[in-house]
Amino acid sequence: MIHNDDILELDEPQLSAAERLYLPQILGGMKTTLRHLGRTLLNRPFTVQYPEEQRTNQRAENYRGVHRLNRDEQGRVACVACYMCSTACPAHCIHIEAGESPWPDREKYPVKFDLDELRCIFCGMCEEACPVDAIELTPHYDLVGRSREEMILGKEELLAIYDETKDRKLRKNPHITGYSGTGGRGAAQGPQPETAYG
Amino acid sequence: MREFLTSQLGVSIVLALVVFGVMQGVVAYCIYFERKIAAWTQDRIGPNRVGPWGLFQPVADGLKFIFKEDVIPGHVDKPLFLLAPAVIFFVGCIGFAAIPWGGQWLLNGKLLDIQVANPDIGLLYILGVASMSVYGVVLGGWASNNKYSLYGAIRATAQMLSYEIPMGLCILVVVLTMGTLRLEEIILPQTSYWLGVIPQWNVFLHPLAFVILFITMLAEANRTPFDLAEAEQELVGGYHTEYGALKFGMFFLAEYAHMITSSALASVLFLGGWHLPWWSWTQPEATHLGAVLAKMLVLSLKIVGFIFVMMWIRWTIPRFRFDQLMRLAWKGLIPATLALFVLAAVLLYLGRQRDPAWALAVNAATLAVCLLLAGSRRREVTGRAANLPAVPAPRAGQWSAA
Repeated sequence: MIHNDDILELDEPQLSAAERLYLPQILGGMKTTLRHLGRTLLNRPFTVQYPEEQRTNQRAENYRGVHRLNRDEQGRVACVACYMCSTACPAHCIHIEAGESPWPDREKYPVKFDLDELRCIFCGMCEEACPVDAIELTPHYDLVGRSREEMILGKEELLAIYDETKDRKLRKNPHITGYSGTGGRGAAQGPQPETAYG
Repeated sequence: MREFLTSQLGVSIVLALVVFGVMQGVVAYCIYFERKIAAWTQDRIGPNRVGPWGLFQPVADGLKFIFKEDVIPGHVDKPLFLLAPAVIFFVGCIGFAAIPWGGQWLLNGKLLDIQVANPDIGLLYILGVASMSVYGVVLGGWASNNKYSLYGAIRATAQMLSYEIPMGLCILVVVLTMGTLRLEEIILPQTSYWLGVIPQWNVFLHPLAFVILFITMLAEANRTPFDLAEAEQELVGGYHTEYGALKFGMFFLAEYAHMITSSALASVLFLGGWHLPWWSWTQPEATHLGAVLAKMLVLSLKIVGFIFVMMWIRWTIPRFRFDQLMRLAWKGLIPATLALFVLAAVLLYLGRQRDPAWALAVNAATLAVCLLLAGSRRREVTGRAANLPAVPAPRAGQWSAA
C-alpha cells in the first residue's frame, strides 16, 4: 500500500528560454543522428549478413548452441550411456538406448542417442551432468529443418556436429574419457596423452 | 504535329506527362531512401536484398501493393471509402502544375514557359490544392467506420486547420515582399545579387519565416514530429487503418507527393527556385535547352535537400503530444508569424521590403520578443503536483531523491 508520504514529488526542471524555442535542442538531436548516419556510411555497420555471414564473435567455450557428442582419441563415441544427461534434462529431450560396449575399456555405449532439438531449452544441464564430458553444447546456432522428425538428432548427426565444430570449440582439457585417471578398465592399456588439444 | 509540340500548349502537356511520370518513380524511391536513412541513423544497413543495394525494393513494394488482395471491409461506407484514396492521390498529383520547373526556353524565336500552367494566382492554386488533401484523410477516416480511423481523421483536420494559418502568414510575408502571386515572378528578383556576390534569396531576408514555413510544411504533410493522424502506437494506423493493397499505396504515394510539392514551393519562395548563384546557366537570361535542363536539375536538388532534412528530422524527433501540437501552433507559431507579417507590411509601407538590413532587423526583433516571452513565463504547475499537500521530509532510512 502506497501512502502519500511515501511519494516524493520532484519538481520538473525549468526549461530555459532557448530550450522552450525547441529549435536548439532539435538541432542538437539532429547532430547526433547525423553523426550516426555518417558513421554507418563510412564504417561498416555491425550487422551480420546472416545467411552469407556467420557470427564468429561468440565465446565458443560457453555459448549454448546445438549439442554435439564428442569422440575420444580413437574416434569412438565418448558417451558411456550412463543416462545422467537424460536424468538431468529438465525438458526430457534426450532419449538413450544403451548396449554392451564392443570395446574393452567400458561396459556400455549408446546404441541409440536421440536428442529432440525442438524440445531442448539449451540450459546446458546435460553438459554439466555428463561424467565423461561426452555431450557438449557448441557455438553452432543455425539449426533448421523441414519437419519435427528432422529436428530429432540421432547419434550420427550429433557426432557429425562434433567433427564440424571440434576446431572452434576444443574438448575440455584434460578430458577424462580416456579412463586413464578414473580407474576404468582402460587404465591398464597404458598412459594416455595428458593434453590433447587440436 | 511538330508545330503543336513546340507551342506552349504542347510543351505544357509534355511537361505534365514527364513530371507526373518522373514523380511516380521519385516517390517510390523516396520510400526506399526513407528506409535507408532510417537504417543509417540507427546504425543498420537497411533494405539490401532486392537487387544491388536493394535498389529494386520499391519495385517489389509496388508489385506487392498491386497484387495484394484488395479487401473492402463489410462495415464501411463504400463510395466514400473508394473515393478517399482517389481524392488524396489526385490532389497530390495536380499540385505540380504551377511549379516553375525551368524558367523559359527560347524555341524557334518564341519564349516558352517550362511550367505546366502559369496562372496569375499560382501561389493560391498550390495552397488551395495542398489544403484539399485533408479531404482525403477525413473521408478515409469517416468512411472506414472505425473509431481509430475517425480519431486520426479528426486529429488531421484540427492539425491542418491550425498549421495552415502560420503557413499562410509566412507565405504572405513573401507575397508582401515580392508583390506578386506568380511563382515565376517571385523567382526573378531573387536571381540578382547584393554586393555582387550574395544572391537575393528571400531566406536571407526572412530567415524566421523560412524556418516557420518549414515547420508547418512538416505538419501539413503529416510528417514526424506532427504525424499524430497516423500515430501507430495509439491509433493502429490512423485514417488508413482499414485500407490495404493499392488503396493504401495511394495514401502512401500521396504523402510523398505532398512532401515534394511543398519542398518545391518552399524552394521557389525562399531559395530562389531554379537559381544557383554564380552559375550563368541558371540566370533568367539563359534560355537555351541546356539552361532549362540545368535549372530543372538545380530545383530538383533543392527538393532532394528538403526531403532529406524531412527524413532526417523524422528519425530524430519523437512525436508531439496533441496538446503540445496545438500549443505550438496557437501560442507559438501564429503570434510569431502574425508579428512578422505586420512588420513586413510596415516595411512595405516604408518601401524597405527588399532591404536586407531592415528585413533581418525585423526577424531578429520578432525572435528576441519570442525568446523574452518564452523565458519570462514560468510553467504552470498542473495535475497531481498542484493538488497535493506540501511534501514531507523523507523519513530516516528512506530512500531520498538525492
